[in-house]
Amino acid sequence: MSRVVILGGGTGGTLMANRLRRRTDPAEVRITVVDQDDRHVYQPGLLFVPFGLMEPGELVRPRHRQLRPGVAFLRSAVDRVALEDRAVHLADGTLLPYDVLVVASGADLRPEETEGLTGPGWGERTFTFYSVEGATALARALGAFDGGRLVVDLVDMPIKCPVAPLEFAFLADWHLTRRGIRRRTEITYVTPLDSAFTKPTCARALSGLLTRKGVRLVTEFNAGEVDGRAGTLTSYDGRTVPFDLLVSVPLHAGAPFVGRSEGLGDELDFVRVDPATLQSRARPEVFAIGDATDVPTSKAGSVAHFQGEVLTENVLRFLDGRPLEPGYDGHANCFIETGHRKALLIDFNYDVEPLPGRFPGPVGPLPLLRESRLNHAGKLAFTWMYWNVLLPGRDMPGIDARMSMAGKRPLAPAGA
Amino acid sequence: MPATVDAEGFLTDPAQWDEGLAEEIAHENGIPELTPRHWQVLRYMRETYLTTGSAPTIRTLGKASGVPIKELYELFPKGPAKLAAKVAGIPKPRGCI
Ligand SMILES: Cc1cc2nc3c(=O)[nH]c(=O)nc-3n(C[C@H](O)[C@H](O)[C@H](O)COP(=O)(O)OP(=O)(O)OC[C@H]3O[C@@H](n4cnc5c(N)ncnc54)[C@H](O)[C@@H]3O)c2cc1C
Repeated sequence: MSRVVILGGGTGGTLMANRLRRRTDPAEVRITVVDQDDRHVYQPGLLFVPFGLMEPGELVRPRHRQLRPGVAFLRSAVDRVALEDRAVHLADGTLLPYDVLVVASGADLRPEETEGLTGPGWGERTFTFYSVEGATALARALGAFDGGRLVVDLVDMPIKCPVAPLEFAFLADWHLTRRGIRRRTEITYVTPLDSAFTKPTCARALSGLLTRKGVRLVTEFNAGEVDGRAGTLTSYDGRTVPFDLLVSVPLHAGAPFVGRSEGLGDELDFVRVDPATLQSRARPEVFAIGDATDVPTSKAGSVAHFQGEVLTENVLRFLDGRPLEPGYDGHANCFIETGHRKALLIDFNYDVEPLPGRFPGPVGPLPLLRESRLNHAGKLAFTWMYWNVLLPGRDMPGIDARMSMAGKRPLAPAGA
Repeated sequence: MPATVDAEGFLTDPAQWDEGLAEEIAHENGIPELTPRHWQVLRYMRETYLTTGSAPTIRTLGKASGVPIKELYELFPKGPAKLAAKVAGIPKPRGCI
């Protein structure tokens, strides 16, 4: 009997447990998922909560109900992993031994690491929509907002769903326009990057959109301090951006227990793994998936989905003593909501930047890197896909774990 | 052999770097003198790049180089992560995705 222990019952942990369960015999492989609570949040929905487009209650379902029969769910916080002993120490002192460990503990918000951010004004004038409580409080504040300076600040990378703060700015523009107070509001997007987004092709498309929507862009701004009372955001190099309402995407890091597990993580508590096999750099029987890893691609549900296909194969190979498959190529696929019921679609991997063209799919080709209503429909359909295809660990028809060049238009080489 | 740099002044081959070159790059970029605190950051930068293949971000520098972010801005004004990478002779930090 082999014991597979999965730490975290979010997107990655749930889909891994379900995929592994379908491909193994319960008499031979025991699968246990550990999570500190039983509330599974559909996080992509958080973006819509501040605008009243989704209700917080709609986004939450019990975690254990998303797991197939034959998967054990253990509700407990993880204290640390003893890699040498191949055992997980739970917060209540219990020891959970494993033969294979999958770390799927996601990314943690660390707003307290930015001076003043969680001080006076937090939840009144300064907010984040990255948590259920935050998004709910922001919905109230935005509802009462009557114009002024709205500032969206991305403190530093990496963050979950790197396009979400931009989407927030686009949706805020639309929301305020509909309420007739857009002209009384100045929207500013503040980022530590040197353009609107990390990927150059995408940055161009997105800065064009910001300009069209009248959103001011402040770049290379490393926020060092927030004063919620005075309403100021100050960078380490002494620049100041005043606000009436601050929407912050706070610093992220891996789960703190990763930091307490000698050898497992990097300086930010993300698990060090091989980017192609997702095996830990520290131990062969340890793997990681989703936001918890240090791989250089987006932290997104689609990524956890694509990784799940490869990682299931690799866990099975490891159990059989066969060589691992270096099958993960960094594939990510994201809809970018731009307001007015339109969205953009980007599809990329470690080596290929988001390209224009058309994305072939089960419902017909979707335009890449261009606004369309079809993409907006795709973004909304993602909610259903998440609960019914992604989490159960089914493959998405027509969409491979590996990125495909079909339909993409390669860019002319620079200088040509 | 003269060192080759890219359009923004970053060395294209970290192996061409030495301490004298670091002083030169620092002067050209408005840092009059490299103090032991500068060197602490520069050594950390090179070590990280040579072992992991990517340059540390400002936040990692603040956490792991032993020099807090505020001081990094005093040592390497404007953009410490970029400027320190340039002086340390490693490619421009790409930033994460
Ligand atoms: C606002 C927002 C918008 C987003 N939009 C999109 C989108 O449009 N498309 C997309 O693909 N992705 C989107 N994402 C990202 C997506 O939700 C995440 O990438 C995905 O959920 C990651 O899955 P995961 O399993 O790695 O982590 P999670 O789903 O976060 O799961 C981690 C789990 O680990 C548990 N855990 C952590 N520490 C411990 C501990 N010590 N003990 C026990 N359990 C622990 C947590 O309770 C949690 O359940 C968005 C995210 C946000 C915040």
